[in-house]
Amino acid sequence: MRIDDPGMIKNAAGRMVPPEVNGNAQIAYKGVNKYISTSKRHAPSVASSANYPLDGNKLTSDLKDALVKSGLKNGMVISTHHHFRNGDYLANQIFDIAHEMGVRDLIWFPSASFPCHQHLIKYLEDGTIHHIEGSMNGPLGRFTSQGKMKGLGVLRSHGGRYQAIQDGEIRIDIAVIGAGCADSFGNANGLSGPSATGLLGFALADSQYAEKVIVVTDNMVEFPCHPWQIQGNYVDYTVKLDKLGDPEKIISGTTQITKSPDRLFLAELTARFCESAGIIKDGFSFQSGAGGTSLAVGEFFRKIMREKGIKARFARGGSNKYLVSMLEEGLVDYILDGQTFDLEGVKSMAGNSHHIDTSPFTSYNYHAKGNFAGMVDVVILGATEIDINFNANVVTHSDGYLLHGIGGWQNCLFSKTVILPVPLFRDRIPVIVDEVTTLCGPGELIDVVVTERGIAINPLRKDLLEAVKGSGLPVMTINELKKEAEKICGRPQKAELDKEIIAVIKWVDGTLLDSVRKVRY
Amino acid sequence: MSNKTSKSMVQVGNAGPGVRSDCLISMELTDSSGINIDLKSRVESMYGRSIRELVMEVMKFYGIKNAWISIEDSGALPFVLLARLEFLIKSFISSDKEFLPELYDETASVSHKESFRFSRLYLPGNSPSLMLNAGIHKPEGMILDLEDSVAPEKKQEARYLVRNALRSLDFMGAEKMVRINQLPEGYKDLPFIVKHNVQLILVPKCEGAGEITGLEEEISTLKKKSGTELTIFLMPIIESALGIEKAYEIACASENIVAMAIGLEDYTADIGVSRTKEGNESLYARTRLVNACKAAGIQAIDSVFSDVGDMEGLAEAVKKSRSLGFEGMGCIHPRQIRVIQQGFIPSASEIRKAENIARAFHKAAGEGRGVVSLGTKMIDAPVVKRARKTIDLAIKMGLLNENWLQQEKL
Repeated sequence: MRIDDPGMIKNAAGRMVPPEVNGNAQIAYKGVNKYISTSKRHAPSVASSANYPLDGNKLTSDLKDALVKSGLKNGMVISTHHHFRNGDYLANQIFDIAHEMGVRDLIWFPSASFPCHQHLIKYLEDGTIHHIEGSMNGPLGRFTSQGKMKGLGVLRSHGGRYQAIQDGEIRIDIAVIGAGCADSFGNANGLSGPSATGLLGFALADSQYAEKVIVVTDNMVEFPCHPWQIQGNYVDYTVKLDKLGDPEKIISGTTQITKSPDRLFLAELTARFCESAGIIKDGFSFQSGAGGTSLAVGEFFRKIMREKGIKARFARGGSNKYLVSMLEEGLVDYILDGQTFDLEGVKSMAGNSHHIDTSPFTSYNYHAKGNFAGMVDVVILGATEIDINFNANVVTHSDGYLLHGIGGWQNCLFSKTVILPVPLFRDRIPVIVDEVTTLCGPGELIDVVVTERGIAINPLRKDLLEAVKGSGLPVMTINELKKEAEKICGRPQKAELDKEIIAVIKWVDGTLLDSVRKVRY
Repeated sequence: MSNKTSKSMVQVGNAGPGVRSDCLISMELTDSSGINIDLKSRVESMYGRSIRELVMEVMKFYGIKNAWISIEDSGALPFVLLARLEFLIKSFISSDKEFLPELYDETASVSHKESFRFSRLYLPGNSPSLMLNAGIHKPEGMILDLEDSVAPEKKQEARYLVRNALRSLDFMGAEKMVRINQLPEGYKDLPFIVKHNVQLILVPKCEGAGEITGLEEEISTLKKKSGTELTIFLMPIIESALGIEKAYEIACASENIVAMAIGLEDYTADIGVSRTKEGNESLYARTRLVNACKAAGIQAIDSVFSDVGDMEGLAEAVKKSRSLGFEGMGCIHPRQIRVIQQGFIPSASEIRKAENIARAFHKAAGEGRGVVSLGTKMIDAPVVKRARKTIDLAIKMGLLNENWLQQEKL
């Protein structure tokens, strides 16, 4: 569809969205907490133990065998998860097999994609894969942005993915779950083996709701594989592979704090803001990602907490060696971990009962009886663009290219205070703009924008504005920040995009928040 | 305008995968068919149009009607593009006209003789990306360097960049400094900086008062020509045995000299020893320089600490430096700034002691007493003077309230 098509609908954020996507009817975004679903959860077919080996051994000869037995055929929805990150071999193999079998028009439904998945571009071109519903990272995003994918891309948050599966918005035909450790019954976890990932939370919904579930491991152990992060009772077939991925790229041996003085400055300013605003207090909770700047924010938190004798009740991860050492130092009571980023994180999760694995269900699912995101006192996130109404973009760059996924970003916006530390401009490109290219997060949920040249607080947060008065922090309005950026960089022209839509952005409740347009190239 | 067609193509600037905020521009004058711009920019979708307009404007300004210009842009800011273009054009034609970017801030802070100069950050004069955010780290001074960090064949293009940076950068309160080349090469730098709000010029490898008087003459000629009246301070850098011998004479050569620095890499080379972390080999030179500075009433500034990864070593060096009488140090990385500042600012107990002395003096003066005592100790004038200096420093660094005297001390 085209953005100026008369059938397009203007949603509550003023964005134009299509009435249907890939043949499925859609609901336009209605506002934060405005759309309340009244439907029932989706359920896969009832299984019967009669159809499964009584001795529990569901091992098949290889991945192809498992896929064939699962009934792989044209048009199916195939799901994978991204715990193996840029070291994943599995997703590519699935589609190699599908291609070899001549299966067509598959829908790939990953929890995220990485540059290693550019291998799949040829299958998007030859029709093996029809389209992707999931994050488009790097080369896949470029391909999609240029309008080369047959269907529309659908981008969801981690919580939104759980919600979409649970609500039956997307029905997974075959889920392929790679696990660091598994038994032949299908119990699985990510705690050990050459492809250990710590946890498998992103595959939880897939195991519960997919019609067929395949567990694949390069570390098959004798029953019982415990703890069973994935329960074998959901699993149809198990497969043993030589190698699930490249360990070096699955888990980085060491996560490193940024050395860039500018980013360190930004991180320190962010921590100082939290300190001045009274957010860092006994029993507080925080979440900050594994990017260089976010890691550094955590380290500055540690410094402040040590100096003031403050302990946090819990930290939400992305865990890494820095967070683990805070846990071990007693500065944090619990790590509630959504994905482990380094070996220290994996080790800690396996050995420390206060390092707890979570899933998008516990942390993020909007269509549940609550989730953890709202309980977090402060979350530190990134953005590619932020506009003068505090709306933010995390998926496209200012030139229109779709290059990142949403991840847990949208879900985290429900935390008590959301802070985006961003440079005022990247090279020459201002981060603060009149209007975001793609809307991923409504401004009313974004509280603070920290740049190296000033901090803007959302006027809705009068309490924060009050709290940092007299602190000496460089508080400015977001308009002043934008002006400052334009004074330095010059006023940018708006990128000219094609009218054709290539993807849509879902909000956490399954409604359509925005459309992504094709680029001119 | 006289077109010199001897040169066919000239290049300026930098490009490549690691380059940011810069551009590589090639230009050739042609005989007909107007101005042709071949632009490849990372920011094409947002600034492509404005870059092309800027190029056309500059070409028109210099009356160039036919040229081929190829730009490989990695997000260069307008002042960078302008510097690169002007250098190119002037390598084809001779013109006195300057295409100057607007001043970033007309009301930029004024520097004083007594301004603190704990840390001054060196920024290579031909690398725009390092300049853009340097101010956020709040050094007391930012040095746009035309000397050692710029390759000989890049000197001229760097001059345009430094000039435009002086006008366009947000120094965020840092003193605007330029290190010129060793004289006489440094004379060529002056027209690019004198009338563009430079506040302090570092004079490298200084070996005699004559160099300073010659420089001052040239500066005042340039100032007269452009009608600017801003004071330009000088900081000679002593980097040789001869320079050390002449230190006092140099320090007194001009009333605009506010500080003098020592450069130990060159100095140790000159006396034929290698530089060590302990620095015994340069102790004589350093103490002699400090003494000359104090005798002349100016600040003594120490050499840079070259291992940017060794923060503990740096802190140690600063401590030693301060104990010798130095009042500042050079930085070659933003990470060094805070360590240096913290080393040179007075500690809490030093401030308290100074407060007590100044308070006692104030009280005595109020009571018309000439003799000041604190406890059983008599306090004489130099002690009070030193206390005052500490207090001024503490206030400036935000360690002490401006109204400290009014605040009741328990």
